[in-house]
Amino acid sequence: MRKMIEGSRAVAEAVGLCRPDVISAYPITPQTHIVEELSQMVADGDIEAEYVRVESEHSAASVCLGAVAAGSRAYSATTSQGMLLMIEVLYNIAGMRLPMVITGVNRAVSAPLNIWNDQQDTLAVRDAGWIQLYGESSQECLDMHIQAYRIAEDDRVLLPVMVCMDGFILTHTYETVDVPTQEQVDTFLPPYNPLFKLDPADPITLGAYAGPELYHEVRYTMHREALGAKEVVKEVARQFRDAFGRWSGDVVEPYRCEDAQTIFVAMGSVVGTLKEWVDAARARGEKVGALKLRCYRPFPQEELREALSGARQVNVLEKAVSIGAQGVVTPEVRAALYGQASQPRVACAVVGLGGRDVTFGTMDEVLSRAREGETDFFAGLRAEVLEES
Amino acid sequence: MTAAVEAAEFDYEIARGLLPGHRACAGCGQASAVRLVMETVGPNCIVANATGCLEVFSTPHPESAWGVPWIHSLFENHPAVASGIEAALRKQGKLDQIRVLAFGGDGATLDIGFGALSGMFERGHDVLYVCMDNEAYMNTGVQRSSSTPFAASTTTSPAGKQAFGEDRPKKDLPAIAAAHGIPYVATASMAYFADIRRKVKKALDTRGPKYLQIHVPCPPGWGYDENASLEVGKLAVETGIYPLVEWEYGKVTRVRKIKKVPVEDYLKVQRRFRHLFRGEAGKAVIERIQELADENIQKYGLMA
Repeated sequence: MRKMIEGSRAVAEAVGLCRPDVISAYPITPQTHIVEELSQMVADGDIEAEYVRVESEHSAASVCLGAVAAGSRAYSATTSQGMLLMIEVLYNIAGMRLPMVITGVNRAVSAPLNIWNDQQDTLAVRDAGWIQLYGESSQECLDMHIQAYRIAEDDRVLLPVMVCMDGFILTHTYETVDVPTQEQVDTFLPPYNPLFKLDPADPITLGAYAGPELYHEVRYTMHREALGAKEVVKEVARQFRDAFGRWSGDVVEPYRCEDAQTIFVAMGSVVGTLKEWVDAARARGEKVGALKLRCYRPFPQEELREALSGARQVNVLEKAVSIGAQGVVTPEVRAALYGQASQPRVACAVVGLGGRDVTFGTMDEVLSRAREGETDFFAGLRAEVLEES
Repeated sequence: MTAAVEAAEFDYEIARGLLPGHRACAGCGQASAVRLVMETVGPNCIVANATGCLEVFSTPHPESAWGVPWIHSLFENHPAVASGIEAALRKQGKLDQIRVLAFGGDGATLDIGFGALSGMFERGHDVLYVCMDNEAYMNTGVQRSSSTPFAASTTTSPAGKQAFGEDRPKKDLPAIAAAHGIPYVATASMAYFADIRRKVKKALDTRGPKYLQIHVPCPPGWGYDENASLEVGKLAVETGIYPLVEWEYGKVTRVRKIKKVPVEDYLKVQRRFRHLFRGEAGKAVIERIQELADENIQKYGLMA
């Protein structure tokens, strides 16, 4: 059914349709609308889930960990400081191969305190072993949650999935979305049937420690299966299209890249602005294109290489920075292109930290500075900061 | 990732919980206490375990000493993991058949997992939480925790030229647990087997959150012979240093009466208090420890 609803509501409805057994979350802006909607759905009996109101994000993730280990489907959502507080548990959930889904609402991290959007929080947990999908629109975020459980619970994967969604820009804005029926989702997503669980009828030990003789292999296996999850992400996107009649997937998505000399790479909601800008820039004769990086973990190295190697210039729009180094995504894009016969130059443009608007002007600035040979820079800085340096 | 215990090796109706073959130190008070608890609980349970001695000595992958479903996640989140298991069982309609337990040492319980434990209490989860109190971070080498008693020398609160060891009294977690108004709180000692069994049974007969704190002597951490754990444990109780008390819904309902042994008898058999018996300064500290024991005796009416 098509509805004009807030992005948070779209996610809550998608999560509800996935029939989670246990939901546990701690409130933090701008994740709150999602968990408020879910709380109301539980209070009204619209979904049958145990909602565990915890005292911290660390416990929210831990409650989910216990629930999945006991054989139930679990959900949580967080952002920013909450994501950072959860990080220890996030590594543990992935390492124990417990499939679950978290909405990683994207927000800046303190200090200074800032509740607005960038992607420093979810990128800080990129190495935890979670599959990370970044949504461009509310519709895509809705669809991703339904896909996420199917990916996570696949026996070939058994890794948790984080659906990353730009705070405020997507969570607090209204757009028309197509919400599938319960019957459609039930057909697509069967009940969680774990390979192993905590059960007195068949006792297992979960979370034993591994010494130097075994740890190396356990992490290797996890890495290998995370890399293999890329094909499952693609497969689930195709199955989703067949079931729901809508293409909402793949690991990368090119936009007007065929003859593009310069391709911008970005993740999340900024891709929408970027596509509009590409149209406008093309109208004035610029041969530009956009590449949406939808699946960041596992990292789609081959797909990026294929999509980008025809270009002369690649500009990565980064909503995060590794302080003292460079953007976070750019080094991986550069690595994907390294050693190719035709190697585009790759510029790293940090944009939109802490909710700073990313506009057509920002794209123009990135285009011209990269063209002048700059390779690593912050776009859209205030003049007084530039004067200091 | 997982280490399934071979089903054929054990009869789960007889061998329950913590099975033989683990790697605890000789004389480990905790290993005996956990065995007693698990024998009383039986096979229909799920255990969430904090990081610590118990976890390390019982589950080096691919071995496991556990005959019941058991999970270890992190140091401080076992109350939340147990909460999640309980919520899942509730949703699955299995909470009547399967009991949920959480085990943590005193560091995991009184310090790093304190917030998660309080959350588990106030939310009313049907979980029996058992704190194995050996009064320091034994797994990492006898560092001070907030459960370390006054004047005990540990590797991070050592006795020295200007210090007599730990300078703060032991944190009173049972009273804090009782203040949550939960159905059942009790302290116990590894030296009193029947008492532990009775308290575990009482806890299992009660729905909702339960807190059981068991004093578990530690030969290497406290510094005494491995064959003396029972005697040392009994002295802690008989001096009034470790009162055995039960609370129901925040009110004290029962205490174990004692004959009152001087605290010196308890202190002098342990290396961690040895410094108190060198010179005049130690005497004043021992007097202060006697006062703390006397306060317990008076507060809980421990004298027969």
